[in-house]
Formats: sequence, C-alpha cells, structure tokens
Amino acid sequence: MSRLKILTEHINKPEITGIEGYIKNGGYRSVEKALKKMQPDEVTEEVKKSGLRGRGGAGFPTGMKWSFIFKGSDKPRYLLCNADESEPGTFKDRLLMEKIPHLLVEGMIVSSFALGVRTAYIYIRGEYMYIMHILQQAIDEAYAKGYLGENVLGSSYSLDLHVHPGGGAYICGEETALIESLEGKRGNPRIKPPFPAVEGLWGCPTIVNNVETICKVPFIINEGGEAYAKIGIGASTGTKLISACGNINKPGVYEIELGVPVEEFIYSDEYCGGIKGGKQLKALVPGGSSVPILPQRLITTTAKGEPRLMSYESLADGGFATGSMLGSGGFIVFDEDQCVVRNTWNFSRFYHHESCGQCSPCREGTGWMEKILHRLEHGHGRMEDIDLLWDVQRKIEGNTICPFGDAAAWPVAAAIRHFRDEFEWHVLQPQEATRRNYGMGRSAEPIEQVTV
Amino acid sequence: MIETKNITFSPERLAQVQTLIKRYPEGKQKSAILPILHLAQKDFGWISVEVMDYVAGLLDIQHIEVYEVATFYTMFHVHPVGKNVLEVCRTGPCMLVGSDNIVKYLEQKLNIQDGETTPDGMFTIKTVECLGACGYAPMMQVGEKYHEFLTEEKIDQLLEAFRQNATQL
Repeated sequence: MSRLKILTEHINKPEITGIEGYIKNGGYRSVEKALKKMQPDEVTEEVKKSGLRGRGGAGFPTGMKWSFIFKGSDKPRYLLCNADESEPGTFKDRLLMEKIPHLLVEGMIVSSFALGVRTAYIYIRGEYMYIMHILQQAIDEAYAKGYLGENVLGSSYSLDLHVHPGGGAYICGEETALIESLEGKRGNPRIKPPFPAVEGLWGCPTIVNNVETICKVPFIINEGGEAYAKIGIGASTGTKLISACGNINKPGVYEIELGVPVEEFIYSDEYCGGIKGGKQLKALVPGGSSVPILPQRLITTTAKGEPRLMSYESLADGGFATGSMLGSGGFIVFDEDQCVVRNTWNFSRFYHHESCGQCSPCREGTGWMEKILHRLEHGHGRMEDIDLLWDVQRKIEGNTICPFGDAAAWPVAAAIRHFRDEFEWHVLQPQEATRRNYGMGRSAEPIEQVTV
Repeated sequence: MIETKNITFSPERLAQVQTLIKRYPEGKQKSAILPILHLAQKDFGWISVEVMDYVAGLLDIQHIEVYEVATFYTMFHVHPVGKNVLEVCRTGPCMLVGSDNIVKYLEQKLNIQDGETTPDGMFTIKTVECLGACGYAPMMQVGEKYHEFLTEEKIDQLLEAFRQNATQL
C-alpha cells in the first residue's frame, strides 16, 4: 500500500500556514491552471473523472453534484463550504483549516470558477472561532495577492470569499439547515425538492461541499482526474482523512489511501497503534456517531470472511445487518471495558440535544430513546424496554424531513442488533450493571438477529 | 454582575458590524446575525433580551427574529454566566477516555454543579456536546481556546491561571 498524501504532505511545515510558504510548496498552481488554461466545465469534468465523493459523510459524487447546478436563470450562484464539523468522532476538517488554510481557499477559488460562482462562503462551526481567525487571515492574504477579488490573476473572473460562524448547532451540518442558518435563521432543514442546486441560499442555485472535499480539488486539477482515480480502491477513489479516537494508543488524524485494511489501521504503529493498555477490541464506530456500531467479529473481517477494508464499499458490506459506513471518517474505537448501553445512551442524549424540533418523530423520539436508555443504564430497565427502544428507533427512521432522524436511529438499532445480550444483562443484573461493565460478553460471537 | 442596561457597541465594533453586513447582498443583512451575536457575547458577557433588541436594531429586523435565533444556538448564553465558562465536552469519544471524571472533578473543586456559577462569578461549568476534539480528549473550551488532554493537574493549573488573570484585570 502506497503512502500517498494529497492533503497532508506539507502539513507539518510551519511556513505552510502563510501564503508565501504555501506558494513555495506548490500552492495556488491549480488556480493559475484553471483560470488561464481551462473552461469552467472542464474543471467539473476533471472532478467527475476523479470519482471524488463527498467527504462530509454521505459520499455523493462531487462532480455529479456540481453538474446539477441550475444555469437556466440569471440569478447569482453560490458555493458554500460546510465546515460545521460536529459529528461525534470527527475532527479532520479542523486539522486542514488550522494547519493549511490556503488549501481550502485555493479549492474554493477553483470550485467557484467551475460553478460560475461570484460569492462563496465558508460556514464554520462557532466553536472553531480561533480557526475562523486563521481562515480570515488566509483569505486576506489571498486578496492581497490577487487570488480573490476583482479580476483574479488578471482574468475576467472575480470572486469574493467570506467566512461565517455558526452558533453551536449540529443540525447546521445538514446542507439545507446550513443555508437557513446562513440566512440568519434557526437551523431548520428544508423539505427537498427543491434541491439547493436549484433553489438554495436566498433562493439561488447553491452547492454545499465539505472542507475535505473542496481541499481535494487542487490536486485533481493539477494532476488530472484520472490520476486521482487511480488512487484508492474501486469506486472509493483517492485518499480520506480518518480521525481516530477512543481507546487507542495513537489518536489523531490520518490520511489514508482508501483500501487500507481495517486491521492494519487499528493495529499498525503507523496509524492507531493498537488498543490502549493492550486490551481487547470490543467494538468500532467507523464513520462518526451516526453509523452503525460493529462488534469485534465484524470489524476486521466481513460476514463473508473477507478482510474488511477502509473503503465506502467494504465498510458497508453486509448492509446494516453486518456492516456499517465510512461516513465522515470519525473512527471511534472501544476497548473491552466500555459499556455499549452507556455509550448508546450518551449518543442518544447528543441527538436529543441537537434535534432541531421540526419533526415530531425526531423531536419526541430522540427524547424517548434517551430516557429509556438512561433507565437501562442506571439499573431501572425492564426487559420490554429493549423492544420498545427498537420500536421507537424504527418509527423515527425515514419519517423526518432530513437525515438527522436516521442518524439518531441507526446507532440505537445497531447497538441492540449486535449487543442485545448486554442490554438484557443490564435488566437482569441492575445492581451489578451500575458497578461494573459487561466486558466482551457474547458480542464477539454471532448472535441471533433481531427480527423487525 | 454585568450591566445589561444601555447596551451599545464601541465605535470600532460598530465599524466591524458594518463590514460584516457588507458580506451579504443588499437586503440580506439578517445573515450577519450570528457573527454579530458572537461579538455581542464577547463584549457584554451574555445575550440578554436588551442585547437581542439592540442587535435587532442594528440589523433593522424584528426583535422576534433575533430571539428565535439566539435561543436556538446553544453557544449563546441567554442567562448570566461567570467570567470563565468552562465548557466540558461529554459526548461519546470524550466519555470513553474519562470526561465524566473531569466534570466531577470540576464540580468538587469549584463546589458547584453543572450549569451553575461560583458565588464570586468567576466560573460557570457547562457540559456541552461534541466540540470536534475527540482525539485530544478529555477537553474543555474556555472562551475561544481549546484545552485538551485534560488531567486533574492540568485543571488545577488552568483554574489558577484564570484566577490570576482575573486579579490582573
């Protein structure tokens, strides 16, 4: 496996944060190339060829998303960068914006050129205020050097780029909620259609892309879409930032070529460095808190017995019955001492706290799930609570305006699916459950599937 | 306690507000609401109804438009808080590496519960959901700064530093 770094090659050089150091290391070449040698549609075409998929979690092909932008009106078009990184377990975009902010600025310029955008915004979560200042400085430097503003590099193309802080709402990572928030409203997701590409910010055609996605564009333009597509495995082209956390020896952000075996990622010293304290691996949430948790037996191999790889396809192999998702790359590792019921309760509390409150199944259901899980975890659970919990999550999934409802339901469903014995133990041994954790239990072995 | 009557920005701030408003198309000045609320919280400590009304005036929008936004986004303190708000992350990845103990330690050390403020008005403990520092947990945010890989010793040092800073002011 090659160790190609597209985003992070220069990230540890102190001078890379400033524009001079960034240019010295090859920065802003893609702006020169795109503006002087390419047509906007050719830029989109390269992104299509690259097979780049959205790095915020959904994995939707970026080039295709760009091709949806409505060009049939004379309304201004907008590009919004989603820097509202809030999915528990995810802290990758922060690294890029903090250490190499000009990469994002460069990506925004080239992407805006491709889309015919004259004003673009980076919507950054409010808690990252100190990073917003770093980005603002980078933007100011880019204006001073003629990469932003009127007639970029002497061309006929003009672009304004602004950074905009959120206010601490996870839901604003959902693209229509982000648009509402940028319009100065509560972050309530919109009903689609119309999709943002047709009617987005202030009713104008709008594309929303994740930070990491945008940061891939300069490489694709410099080296060509086909060169990018050769990296990775199958339809999982290129590299992905994985933010690894939990009970591992080396938490941090790693740029991997898609296709690295999960086993290597967890145990190699190059990445996570194994489980802390030499403990056993109990469970894994591979792509941020919303994706299904996997028990030990399904982490390094799939249900078919094949090695599980870090790719969109392999992590999803087996569907929700035995698989999960690559998601945002928030890689949360659980050792043998962790309690799945407690963690599921914790996640449910998060979703209850973050629900925008528009749709009843989500507003009410997330609260019910939190309460039931609280009861189970604190020794007051009843056996029928487990089925009740299953029932509640099923009634949230698919019944809400935005995917938040699904994101709240999936972790609960997967926890019951794979760790039902641990939930039952909490009911049967309530006193003991408040004193110690269940350990590995039967979760390491195949257990009966919950019927729906 | 922070004075909440006669809320006005300094001339420098007002100039900054005008720059912010210009980032959005004409007539879309409402978009500047979040950036301005952040500035207001920085200057006034918390977002009282008077502050909200003031911001509505600056943006030429209805008061209710600010109320509904200020109460939706959890970063805005709509009640008085201490000088240093200790925002401790308690979501999954932080919990896995001991954030519960960090909260308990702070509660004991400051003799207040989550959500409360010390009688001297120096500290408020506020547990928050994921701040995007999962790999550097446990952590807390104080003002704009992230304090990561927290231990009891590190907390002792931080609290002392905050107190020192306060006496200098």
